[in-house]
Amino acid sequence: MDTEISLRVDGAERRLTVDTRTTLLDALRERLGNTSPKKGCDHGQCGACTVLLDGRRANSCLALAVAHDGAEIVTAAGLAADGDLHPMQRSFIAHDAFQCGYCTPGQIVSAVAMLDEAANGWPSAVTFEAPDGSDGAVGTGPVDLATSPDEIRERMSGNLCRCAAYANIVPAIQEVAQS
Amino acid sequence: MSIIPARAMGRPLDRFDGADKVRGLAPYAYEHPVARPAYLSAVRSTIATGQIMGIDCSQASAQPGVLGVLTHLNAPRLGTDDGELRILQSEEVAFRGQFVGAVIAETSEIARHAAGLVRVDYRPRPHDVDLESSREQGRLRVPQQIMPMFPVTVDKGDVESALAAASVRVEHNYRTPWYNHNPIEPHTTIACWNDDQLTLYVSTQYLMGVRSTVAAAFRLDPQQVRVYAPHVGGAFGSKVPVHSDLILAVMAAQLVPGRSVRFALTRHQMFTQTGYRSPTIQRVRLGADAEGRLTAVDHESFEQTSRLGEFAEHATRATPTMYATPHLRIRQQVAALDLPTPSIMRAPGESVGMFALESAMDELAVACGLDPVELRLRNEPVAHPLDGRPFSSRGLAACLREGARRFGWQPRQATTTPSRQDGWLVGTGVAASTYPVLRLPGSKATIRVTPDGRYTVLMAAVDIGTGTRTALTQVAADALRVDLAQVELRLGDTAYPPAAQEGGSAGITSWGATICVGADELRRRIAAEHGGTIPADGLEVTVDMPENPHLEQYAMHAFGAQFAEVRVHGETGEIRVPRQLGVFAVGRVVNPKTARSQLIGGMTMGLSMALHEASLLDPRYGHVINHDLATYHVSSNADVPAVQAHWIAEQDDQLNPVGIKGAGEIGIVGAAAAIANAVHHATGVRVRELPITLDKLLTV
Amino acid sequence: MRPFRYERATDPDGAVALLSRSPQAAFLGGGTNLVDLMKLDVARPDLLIDIRGAVSGVIEELPDGGVRIGAGVSNSDLAAEPLIRERYPVVAQAVLNGASTQLRNVATVGGNLLQRTRCLYFQDITTACNKRQPGSGCSAIDGHNRDLAILGTSPDCIATQPSDLAVALAAVDATVQTVGPDGSRGIPLTELHRLPGSEPQHDNVLAHGELITAVDLPPLAMAARSRYRKIRDRASYAFALVSVAAAIDVADGQVRDVRIALGGVAHKPWRARRAEDLLRGGPATEDRLRRAAEAELAEAQPQSDNAFKIPLARNAIVRTVLDLVEAER
Repeated sequence: MDTEISLRVDGAERRLTVDTRTTLLDALRERLGNTSPKKGCDHGQCGACTVLLDGRRANSCLALAVAHDGAEIVTAAGLAADGDLHPMQRSFIAHDAFQCGYCTPGQIVSAVAMLDEAANGWPSAVTFEAPDGSDGAVGTGPVDLATSPDEIRERMSGNLCRCAAYANIVPAIQEVAQS
Repeated sequence: MSIIPARAMGRPLDRFDGADKVRGLAPYAYEHPVARPAYLSAVRSTIATGQIMGIDCSQASAQPGVLGVLTHLNAPRLGTDDGELRILQSEEVAFRGQFVGAVIAETSEIARHAAGLVRVDYRPRPHDVDLESSREQGRLRVPQQIMPMFPVTVDKGDVESALAAASVRVEHNYRTPWYNHNPIEPHTTIACWNDDQLTLYVSTQYLMGVRSTVAAAFRLDPQQVRVYAPHVGGAFGSKVPVHSDLILAVMAAQLVPGRSVRFALTRHQMFTQTGYRSPTIQRVRLGADAEGRLTAVDHESFEQTSRLGEFAEHATRATPTMYATPHLRIRQQVAALDLPTPSIMRAPGESVGMFALESAMDELAVACGLDPVELRLRNEPVAHPLDGRPFSSRGLAACLREGARRFGWQPRQATTTPSRQDGWLVGTGVAASTYPVLRLPGSKATIRVTPDGRYTVLMAAVDIGTGTRTALTQVAADALRVDLAQVELRLGDTAYPPAAQEGGSAGITSWGATICVGADELRRRIAAEHGGTIPADGLEVTVDMPENPHLEQYAMHAFGAQFAEVRVHGETGEIRVPRQLGVFAVGRVVNPKTARSQLIGGMTMGLSMALHEASLLDPRYGHVINHDLATYHVSSNADVPAVQAHWIAEQDDQLNPVGIKGAGEIGIVGAAAAIANAVHHATGVRVRELPITLDKLLTV
Repeated sequence: MRPFRYERATDPDGAVALLSRSPQAAFLGGGTNLVDLMKLDVARPDLLIDIRGAVSGVIEELPDGGVRIGAGVSNSDLAAEPLIRERYPVVAQAVLNGASTQLRNVATVGGNLLQRTRCLYFQDITTACNKRQPGSGCSAIDGHNRDLAILGTSPDCIATQPSDLAVALAAVDATVQTVGPDGSRGIPLTELHRLPGSEPQHDNVLAHGELITAVDLPPLAMAARSRYRKIRDRASYAFALVSVAAAIDVADGQVRDVRIALGGVAHKPWRARRAEDLLRGGPATEDRLRRAAEAELAEAQPQSDNAFKIPLARNAIVRTVLDLVEAER
C-alpha cells in the first residue's frame, strides 16, 4: 500500500513514495539512492544500518518509513559536511578502524551519537558495574569515555564488525573523545 | 631470486579508499546506481530431500508489480555439472533451504512477499545429515586430494609401534562445530542482460571465477560477461566460489532483459547458500620421550561434505609441517550428507586442525611436566618433517621467544597453581600458528606509462577489505622504482587482465609477483627500444605471473605464536579474554597498518571461534536453526578488550620478488587453542569441543 | 512481509477502538520486535496502529513516592532518568543490559514487556511451534533448547520470556496500567505474563485490544540498593541465559525484606517468592542464600541442553544478593 512521505535526509528535504512495508533503510537505499547505511542482517542484530533518527542513533532496518514521516535522518554521508570529514571519520581512517568498510558507516554514526549520550550523562551497563559513589549510586553527570575503553566497548556492542577491527575502533573513538 | 628493495613498502599508509568507506560512499555490489532496477527474492525448499510434486505460482504471479516467477519448469537449462550451481534443473531437492524458485518484482517488498506466496508441494524422502553416526557406522570416504602440495594421507615410519614405546602418550578427540562466514555484507548481485552482453556487479573474491563459471553455466563466451567488484564487504572465503545465488540472479535477469536485477541474500539464507566450514571430529595421538621430544604424531579428521559436491576441510594439513617426529600418520575422511556443500573459510584446514593439534600439544606439555613454550621449542624440526626439504624461512621459534617476552609469559611446570582475582580464575595459554605460502596461478598485469611519468597498473584483482588497493600500490611503486603518487592501481573489473582470486593469503603474493615482472619488462623495453626515455605516446606491457624456480626446493610457510590470558568466573563460568598477543613471521610486511589489521582481525575471529560461534544443525529438519546474528554469536566489541599483533623481521628471498607470505589467514590459526589452553590453565578443565561456553566450566 | 494498513492513534481509547474492530490488527510502538517478526512472517498483522502518539512518553513521580512510567517512554530515556537510577537502579541496569543503544533508543517500555520469545523454532516458520501455530508441536523439547526454560514449562512449550526489564519490574512489584475494550485496569507485573500450559500462543493475560498505557513502580526504599546481574554467552548484546534482579533490606544482621526475580528460566519473569520467604527473618549468609536458592529451583525441570541453568541460577542468586549485602555493610 503506497503512501507519500517526506524525510529530511542529510540536510535535504526529500519527498518519496513508500510501501507501508518499506523500512527506513530500504527507503534510503532503494528509493532515495542513499546507500551510506548498510544492510547486514535486516533484523537489528548487526548495527550496519545505524542512522541518526531525529538526533538519536537507531537501526533503520527495523523502522517503518511510514511511521517516520517528517523525520530528520543523518547518515554517515551527512556527517561529512561540505566535503570535510567528521573528526570521527578522520580518526577511523588514521587508526585503520575498519577493513572491508561495510559496517563502518554504522559504526561511525553510532560512535558520534555515543559521544553525545555520554556527554548527556546517559549511563551504560558498565557505568553501573563501577559506580562512582560509595553507596553504589551512579552519578548523572557526563560519562568520561576518553579514559574508559570499557564504556566505549559496551556502548559500541550494537555494531558488529566481522573483520574484527574492534581493537582499532576503540582507540579511534577514544582519540575523538579526548579532544 | 632477489626481492625488490623497499621505499614505499614498509610505510604504514592509511588505506586509499578510507575517505569513501567512512562516509559510506564506496559502492558495494548491490549499491551501484542502475536505472529501473528489478528485485529478486528466492523461494527455498522446506524439506531436506525429496521431490517437488507441484508448484503453484498463481497467487505470486497475480501480485501487482510481479515481473516474473522462476521455477524448475521455466528456468534455463544450465551447462554446468556443479551440483551446487545446478538449481531449478529438476524436481529433485538435495537439501533443506535449496533454491526451488524465485520472484522478480518492481520492488523488494513485493518480491519478498510474492516469494512467500509460491506454493510448493513436496514428496519428502528420509534424509541423512548426521556426521557422528556416519563416522560410527563407517559411511566415510577418503576425499580427493585437495591440493597437490598437501597430501590427505601420510604414513611415515610406524606410528603404532612408536606410540606403544613412547614414555608419554596423549590421545584425545577434539570437535569443532559448523561455522558460517557471515561477512556483514551479504552475498549480493546486480545482473543485467543487454542483447548478448551480461553485466554483473558481484560481491566476490574472484572476478575471473565469476566470469568463467557464469559463462560456462549459461553457455556464453567469457567475453560476453563483464564483472565489476570495486568493493567487497567482507568475505572470509565465502565469496571465492560462485554460489547458487549468482546463478539465480542471472536466470532472473534473463526473464527481464534490459532490466538490472538486484539480489541480496537474507541473513537467514547466508547460512545455507554460501558454503560454510564443516564440523570436524578429530583424533590426535602424540607420543613423546621423557624429555618431551615427539616420537609419534597421528592426526585423523572426519568432516562432512554434501551429496552434490565434495569439499573437505583439510584439518590435518598443517600437522606434517609443525614438529619434528620420526613417525607420522595423517588420515582424512568425509561423509557425504544431505546438506549444502561446505567451502573454504578463513584458513581452511589450519584454523580447526590447529585447534586440535595445539590443544594436544598443551596436553602433552602437562603430561611431560614441561612449559608449553619449551615443549614446542624442543620439537622444532631442522627441515620439513615429511619430505626433508629446507624451509625457505621458519620463524616459529623466534615468534615463540619474542611473544613470550612481550606477553610476560611465566615459564611453568605442569602443576602451576592458577591465580584468583575477585572471584575470577586467571590463566594463560599459548599455541603456534602456521599457514602455507600458496601460489595461485592465472594472473596477468598490464602496466601503462605516459611521458609525464604516470603509471597505471591494471588487474582484475579485488580488495575485500584486506588493504590490497593500498598495499599493492606500494608494491607497484617499488617495483617500478617510482613515487607512490605516480602510480594508479585499477582493480575490480574483468576488462582488466585476469587475476587469481583473493584467497589463501595468496592474493598479494601472486599479484605482487606479477607486477614485479611487468615493471622489469617495462624498464627493459624503455631501455632497449626507446633509448631509456618514455616514448611520446606512452608504452604498455602485459605480463604473466612468473614461475618460482624455488617452489620444489623449499618448504614455504608462515608461522606465528599466540598467547592469551583468560578469566573464568568461579561461580558462573563466564569467560573473558582480557588479552591476546600474537607474534608472526610473515616475510616482508608491505603496509604495517593494514597488515596489523588483518592479523588482529584473524586473532579476533579466532576468539569468536573459541567462545561464541556454532551453527546448530537440527537433524530432524536438516538445516541450521540459529540462522541469524542474534543467535549465531560473533564476538562483539565488549568481548574484545585487547588484541595485539606483532611480527619479527623476516627476509625470505625464495618466496616471490616481493618477499611476502600473506597475512590474511594466519591470525585465526592457533588463536582458539591458545584460549582453550589458557582456560585449562585457569580452571583445570580441558574443553575439547568448541565453543568454550560457560556451561562447560560451571562444574569448576 | 504481508501488506498491511497503517494508522495513527492519538489517544488510548481511540487506539483500543481501532484495534478492537480488527482481529488481525496490532499496536506498533518502536517496532523493534514487531517489524522483526513481520519480516520473518511470524507476525502477520493486516493493520498497524501506531500508538506512539497515544500513550504517555513521560516519567513522573506519584504522590505516594512511587513513579509512573508512560508506556511510550523509550528504553534509553527510562534508563537515563535520575528518578529511576536513584530509586530503582535494578530497573535502569536491566534495561541497559538488554539489546543495544540503537534498539533502546527506539523500543518503548510497553513494547519491551510484550516482546516475544527468542526460541529458535518460534522464529522459523518452517518448523513446528505451538506458540506460533497451536497444535503443530514443540520442536524445542527434542531440539536445541540450551537457551530455554527450566521452570514452569509444559509439554507444549518451553519458551522463555526475553525481556530484562520485566524481570526487574517483577522484583520491585510494579503494576501495569492498561486500557482495553472493557475499561482500564492495573495488573501486577508478576501476573502480566503467564505460564505456557496448553495455550502457549498466549504470552500474557492481555485481551485483544488491551493497551499498556503505563507502568507504576511502588515506593520501595530498599530498591535504592538493588542490582541486576545478567549472565549470557557474549559480554554484551545477547539474551540472558540466566539473570537475577534483587533487592535486600538487612537490619541488625537480619533480613527484613528481600526481592528476587529470575530471567531466562521461564515463560514469565520468575519471582522467587519461596526463596524470599526462606530468607526473611534470618541472617543473610551464603549458606542460607544457597539453601533458599536451591529451594526455589527444587522443581526445575531441565531439558536436554540446559541443566546447567540450575546451578547457574543458584550461584547467580547467591552472588547477586551477597554482593548487595556486602555493599551495604
